Amino acid sequence: MSEIKKHDTQMVSELKSGPWPSFVDDIEQYGEKHKKQACFDLLGQLELSYKHKETHWKHGGIVGVFGYGGGVIGRYSDQQEKFPAIWAFHTIRVNQPASKFYHTSALRKLCELWDNRGSGMTNFHGSTGDMVLLGTTTEQLEPVFFDLTHQMNMDLGGSGSNLRTPSCCIGKARCEWSCIDTQELCYDLTMTYQDELHRPAFPYKFKFKISGCPNDCVAAIARADFSIIGTWIDDIRIDQEAVKAYVGGELKPNAGAHSDRDWGPFDIQKEVIDLCPTQCMYWDGEKLHINNKECNRCMHCINVMPEALRPGTDTGATILMGAKAPILEGAQLSTVMIPFIRLEPPYDELKEIIENVWMFWMEEGKNRERLGELMQRVGLANFVEIVKLKHIPQMIREPRSNPYVFWKEEEVPGGWKRDIKEFRERHPA
Amino acid sequence: MSDQIYQKIQEAQLDEIFSKPYDPELGEKLYNPQKPMENRITDIGPPYYAQFFPPVIKKNYGKWKSHEIVQPGVIKYTSETGDVVYAVRCGTPRLITTDYIREVCEIADKYCEGYVRWTTRNNIEFHVTDEETLRNLLEDLKNRKHPGGSYKFPVGGTGASVTNIVHTQGWVHCHTPAIDASGVVKAVMDDLFEYFGSHKLPAQVRVALACCLNMCGAVHCSDIAILGIHRKPPLVEDDRLEYVCEIPLVVAACPLGAIKPATVEIDGKKKKTVRVNEQRCMFCGNCYTMCPAMPLADGEGDGIAILVGGKISNRVSPPKFSKLVIPYIPNEPPRWPTTVKWVRKILETYAQHARKYERLGEWAERIGWERFFELCEIPFTEKTMDDYRLAYDTYRTSMHFKFTSHVEIK
Repeated sequence: MSEIKKHDTQMVSELKSGPWPSFVDDIEQYGEKHKKQACFDLLGQLELSYKHKETHWKHGGIVGVFGYGGGVIGRYSDQQEKFPAIWAFHTIRVNQPASKFYHTSALRKLCELWDNRGSGMTNFHGSTGDMVLLGTTTEQLEPVFFDLTHQMNMDLGGSGSNLRTPSCCIGKARCEWSCIDTQELCYDLTMTYQDELHRPAFPYKFKFKISGCPNDCVAAIARADFSIIGTWIDDIRIDQEAVKAYVGGELKPNAGAHSDRDWGPFDIQKEVIDLCPTQCMYWDGEKLHINNKECNRCMHCINVMPEALRPGTDTGATILMGAKAPILEGAQLSTVMIPFIRLEPPYDELKEIIENVWMFWMEEGKNRERLGELMQRVGLANFVEIVKLKHIPQMIREPRSNPYVFWKEEEVPGGWKRDIKEFRERHPA
Repeated sequence: MSDQIYQKIQEAQLDEIFSKPYDPELGEKLYNPQKPMENRITDIGPPYYAQFFPPVIKKNYGKWKSHEIVQPGVIKYTSETGDVVYAVRCGTPRLITTDYIREVCEIADKYCEGYVRWTTRNNIEFHVTDEETLRNLLEDLKNRKHPGGSYKFPVGGTGASVTNIVHTQGWVHCHTPAIDASGVVKAVMDDLFEYFGSHKLPAQVRVALACCLNMCGAVHCSDIAILGIHRKPPLVEDDRLEYVCEIPLVVAACPLGAIKPATVEIDGKKKKTVRVNEQRCMFCGNCYTMCPAMPLADGEGDGIAILVGGKISNRVSPPKFSKLVIPYIPNEPPRWPTTVKWVRKILETYAQHARKYERLGEWAERIGWERFFELCEIPFTEKTMDDYRLAYDTYRTSMHFKFTSHVEIK
């Protein structure tokens, strides 16, 4: 093994101090131990970026594995002479297990694979959820893929204009609030739509994200074209004794989330009743009363008193569509499309809706038009009709304030064909 | 409830493939460039999730009853079966090496029967079922440090804290960034470290960073968002553009119609290219995404915008977008002092004034944004006034405002 070359990284090295875990120390230590030039070249290039205040990665680069149109992102340094070990430094997205539990036997083997075939550096995890293997050459892409599929039973995630790797919250595995089996649904959708995930056929990216309750720990409502968020339609379960224990100060409000500051004694009126957005509850000194019909399931009371309150047991999910970051038409949150759907395997009803949406988007969507932008372009009312749903007030925050309704000819008695002569007989010009 | 799913989870077995040694040469043996389909396995998807559940998680799937944060970073979950599990949450820099992952494995093998989990916000969670193991684990984590002195596994990120920053790749590995990501995150988290491991704030504060407007991550709905922006229009590389870009796609990529096709003469040869109406450019970088011959990055032009007040949760108020309050801070590697200063200023002003449970955006809306600017001592400029699509939604069309220092009374 040839001697490694270290670069002057004065500025970057300043990021070794301070209490937060230092990625610089980690990369340097790893580079030393494994004699990986790529680690030192990466830090060297980062130093150059700190000098120039500009990136030194070239634009794009189309690479991949045979038969897939995604999962690998090509990356080349524009400093080939200075940092030859990272000249080609491609990213590989590996589909994570739903909700990111691991056994060390799987992680250790993945580490061996990546020491052998790549830089040893990773992102755990990418924003979308994949395990991201950071930095390898083009010749290594197929062997990495063969290693993953033959030695790890793992597969690539999504990139480009395809279904992106679905992700979900921890769900019922460790959360008492989850109204749906988030992992199972995530796994099922991922397996059902492997073709859509690996072979780009969409106008642009498409994301599924699944949260178990309206706290929305995977940010489905902000990030997913198709957001699935657990909810319930019956009554919040109440343990009145536990409510009393909160009022009496025996239990810590919000599960102890405010423990390092003196906020005074717990005040159920001020901290729960008055903050309820629908004002659907009251405390009579002995008992907590909830008018569940008026509840909008915001989770606040449940969050504050987790020992006393739990979501109901008649559960399912709300489907919302169209979220995206600002590029291009501005940021969008997902819009309510289906207030309640029961989600049990094999999820046929859900899949029918998904496929209706895709069919329309693939037909009508322009190049690089996210679903949310298409929804705006065709108008919510039209979109609802096209994907075969019913128009209901839950889809809007408030009614329109302009009267410019696109009436259809068949909605108006007599239609639009009229005779100007007849009109003028009644109304001489 | 789906007993069928519960049953399937109980039956899940750790795939034996992981205990077979890694063969470093198998890839070359199996892959035949002449016959690329030979030995190829495709579309097998991710490993089945439940094989990685620790036994206590598997057994109590769907049976959890309540939880309590026993100290910052440690959540105790209680099941209807009477079982308990403690989740110990640690921050990570996200950009980590395989040796760091091996150290995580070493800890998980020692205390957690070999199981470990990552969260959506790049935290690691170790699960233990008894208090003695919990104490030993916490002690062990505290003593693991990098040579430079930083903690490898700081414990925190629960409750009314600043939890880990979700972020993007920045100059470490991206081709369109206006700023670095890992360096800025390190600088900000070093400064806010006391808030990661404590419950001193009125509510949780979600900080996020995106290194350009593509926003790979949910920065647009974060309590405090650090966003990389460009401020110079794209350069147009006339001699190269027609070879590397599809001109109609580039023209269509501009949301403001500021790009039009053009022809120029270089060394007596006609070349197809484009022209940019620079007055109309809003520096989104979408043209560069479509066309490598239109770079925007510029050391002097690029920098950071701060947006605040977004949220994801439906708790009390609906989810909302973050709003732009500081339009530009220059790039200041390696420690971005001005950005760090403003993030702390905003966080501490919020901590001082907000009510219990109130998220940053809820607080700003209650007191009014004019008061927010005044309290945080952020200069208000025209750049915070929206002039893009749907801008009208942000205009004040009522008499409900406050007389802050912004109003000149003569």
